[in-house]
Amino acid sequence: MSLSVEFSGVCKDFGPIRVLHGVDFSLAPGRVYGLLGENGAGKSTLMKILAGYEPISAGVVRIDGEERSWLSSREAEQAGIVLIHQELNLAEHLTLTQNLFLGHELTRGGLLDERTMATRAQHYLELVGLQRAPATKVRQLIVAEKQLVEIAKALSRQARLLIMDEPTATLTPGETARLFALIARLKAQGTTIIYISHKLDEVKQITDEVVVMRDGRFVSRGETASFSRQQMANLMVGREMSDMFPPRLPPPEGTEIALAVSRLCVPGWVTDLDFEVRSGEIYGFAGLVGAGRTEAFEAILGLRERKGGRIQLAGKAVRIDSPLAAMRQGLTYLPEDRKGKGLHIDLGLAENLTLMTLARYAHPWLDKGAEQAALTRAINDFGIKAGSHSARARMMSGGNQQKLALAKFLHPDPRVIVLDEPTRGVDVGAKRDIYFLIQRLAAEGRAVIVISSELIELIGLCHRVAVLRAGRLQAVLPAHHLTEEELIAYATGTH
Amino acid sequence: MQPVPTDTRKERLLSLLSATGPLLGLILLCLLGALLNPDFATLDNLLNVLTRTAFIGIIAVGMTFVIMSGGIDLSVGAMAALIAGAMILIMNRLGAGVLADAPLLVVVLGIGLALLLGLLFGAGHGLLITKGRIEPFIVTLGTLGIFRAVLTYLADGGALTLDDTLGDSYSPVYYGSLLGVPIPVWVLLLVALAGGLLLNRTAFGRHVQAIGSNEQVARYAAIRVDRVKLLTYALLGLCVGIATLLYVPRLGSATPTTGLLWELEAIAAVVVGGTSLKGGEGRIFGTLVGAILLSVISNILNLTSIISVYLNAAVQGIVIIMVAFMQHRR
Repeated sequence: MSLSVEFSGVCKDFGPIRVLHGVDFSLAPGRVYGLLGENGAGKSTLMKILAGYEPISAGVVRIDGEERSWLSSREAEQAGIVLIHQELNLAEHLTLTQNLFLGHELTRGGLLDERTMATRAQHYLELVGLQRAPATKVRQLIVAEKQLVEIAKALSRQARLLIMDEPTATLTPGETARLFALIARLKAQGTTIIYISHKLDEVKQITDEVVVMRDGRFVSRGETASFSRQQMANLMVGREMSDMFPPRLPPPEGTEIALAVSRLCVPGWVTDLDFEVRSGEIYGFAGLVGAGRTEAFEAILGLRERKGGRIQLAGKAVRIDSPLAAMRQGLTYLPEDRKGKGLHIDLGLAENLTLMTLARYAHPWLDKGAEQAALTRAINDFGIKAGSHSARARMMSGGNQQKLALAKFLHPDPRVIVLDEPTRGVDVGAKRDIYFLIQRLAAEGRAVIVISSELIELIGLCHRVAVLRAGRLQAVLPAHHLTEEELIAYATGTH
Repeated sequence: MQPVPTDTRKERLLSLLSATGPLLGLILLCLLGALLNPDFATLDNLLNVLTRTAFIGIIAVGMTFVIMSGGIDLSVGAMAALIAGAMILIMNRLGAGVLADAPLLVVVLGIGLALLLGLLFGAGHGLLITKGRIEPFIVTLGTLGIFRAVLTYLADGGALTLDDTLGDSYSPVYYGSLLGVPIPVWVLLLVALAGGLLLNRTAFGRHVQAIGSNEQVARYAAIRVDRVKLLTYALLGLCVGIATLLYVPRLGSATPTTGLLWELEAIAAVVVGGTSLKGGEGRIFGTLVGAILLSVISNILNLTSIISVYLNAAVQGIVIIMVAFMQHRR
């Protein structure tokens, strides 16, 4: 049932650039492997070769001791190797059943066999714990549910080797727990699993063995139990990382209330939300996906309908009906969806940086020299590694894009900054940089609000954390009460 | 976790190619024209081509903004026809009535009317598209029908013709020239220059590009997306007004076929000039070259007998499809 893999001297070139430099390692059947590495380490490329999405440039891949190469992902799937993509590849307008069987439709007498497909789809959906009818259209699902559909799709292909690339990036703790139970069950059935994640606590929890890659090369491997989280991080980055988080500053006392929100209602999402954030404070928002955290702030910004609710900035009641009005009052919001809402990935770096504050550069003609100077300052301030100043945002790695996005939303010099999932999809090194940046912002006297699904991050950074469940505030916990158990208990309503 | 491409050289080469491609095409086409007919490469013919480019070129400058922001306007030809008709009707009435002794004033009022109507029609499109949340394709397809039908109704199916005295006062606007260059060519150059400045050197231009590149990102970046979009349509309407006020003195009449297929030519000029139909990328200079290129093609068809001049629109259609295909592959 299960299958073994051996990489031998695997190289991959994209044009003149070599991204994999002779990778050698092998994977025994029926185990759960954590594949670790920073963005750009070559993990995804290697997995794409294994699953038939990219041709190999040099070297061999052996499956069960036999040299194999695929012309397409379909061939790899027939051999039992299935990759679940980081980016979701579902057809929004089709139903769950139609997506599960896309390209593999069952037929009877030349016509689609709808009934059998629906029954089987139901089976796989139950297996991944998605409580939705097979006839539901994918566009009606939230992102976390779509991720589960991707996994159900992989299962329906009878995978013997399952590759999961950041599967929990959008999942809540509850859904993650369910996914882990599923992984354990698959392993018991003999499926080999390769698990790629930046979340080291998860890797620690569910993998048997870890393989570390860096700069397109194999670096190290070993039983998961023999590594501490810190050791894994050090291996990935290739240097000592004494600590991920900056030492916590004492909570600000007696500073002004920078943002006060009372009785905020967002139809369908949030009910009677009250909170206050002081200048110099790092204030976290925890909760499951769909708890209404993002929606609350989109409503505060005027991007979403809100009913009632008073917003005060620095003690003054304000009317905010658009992101522009919010920015003028000193409040900006970094969206969680970097490519869809945060950055123009097809535009240049300077264009992205200055977009919110062009008025500053237009007299009335845009001063491109001043824009370039601002970019140079931002590159130094935020530690952005940009190949060239004239590069486009899409050419940078996730971590550097995120730093550029941070620079963009801080460029208006807000007194209150809301950061929605500030470290999603960025590598360990960039994460650490961002944590230190967040603390610097607070030390400068700004109020920093961090919305995050990574509890570790909230615990490591925040002075206080508000927990939302189904649109209602459950608790506001001070720093010394912050534990994962406590946060999860409030977020899931099991306190 | 894509590999980060370090060579921006290829990217730069591509962008250089897409910037100079239309110009290269234009030069080749001119060489071809000179080879095929000795009359082609004369100053007279050159000025003639440029003058004929003026209407489409001016509209195409406005169209560049609309397309760059991710929109489209199919109504420009019909809009030009209706503005021309309305101008002629009102100017004739004024010229025959209270202002009979001041034909020049009538012309000035007519010109003002053309600009105002263009602005109003464009703003109307913008409102329906932003506040009404209707696809630009549908809105302007609808007004295409409305504009042309209203003109046909006003003209009673025939032609609206400018009174002779007014025509005489108005004709220098098209037939006159300054420093040997016809007025319409001057206007085209001015409009293109202003358009280029607006697009490349102002916050408005940057906002247009940002919206076309990704509207959602622009919204989160505190840009007033609806207002910017509305302004692009109003700007295009204004350009149609300018083109029409140059067009009316040429023939002095408006008929149901006035401005026919101008939308095709204007959109073709923009696309040939290297502006992406998906929005987010474009150049005014490219649009200008695109417009000239299209009228050179029609000029060559006129001067030679290789392809019938009746197939002019077909050639333009083929050009637009070919360029869009190449854009897609890039």
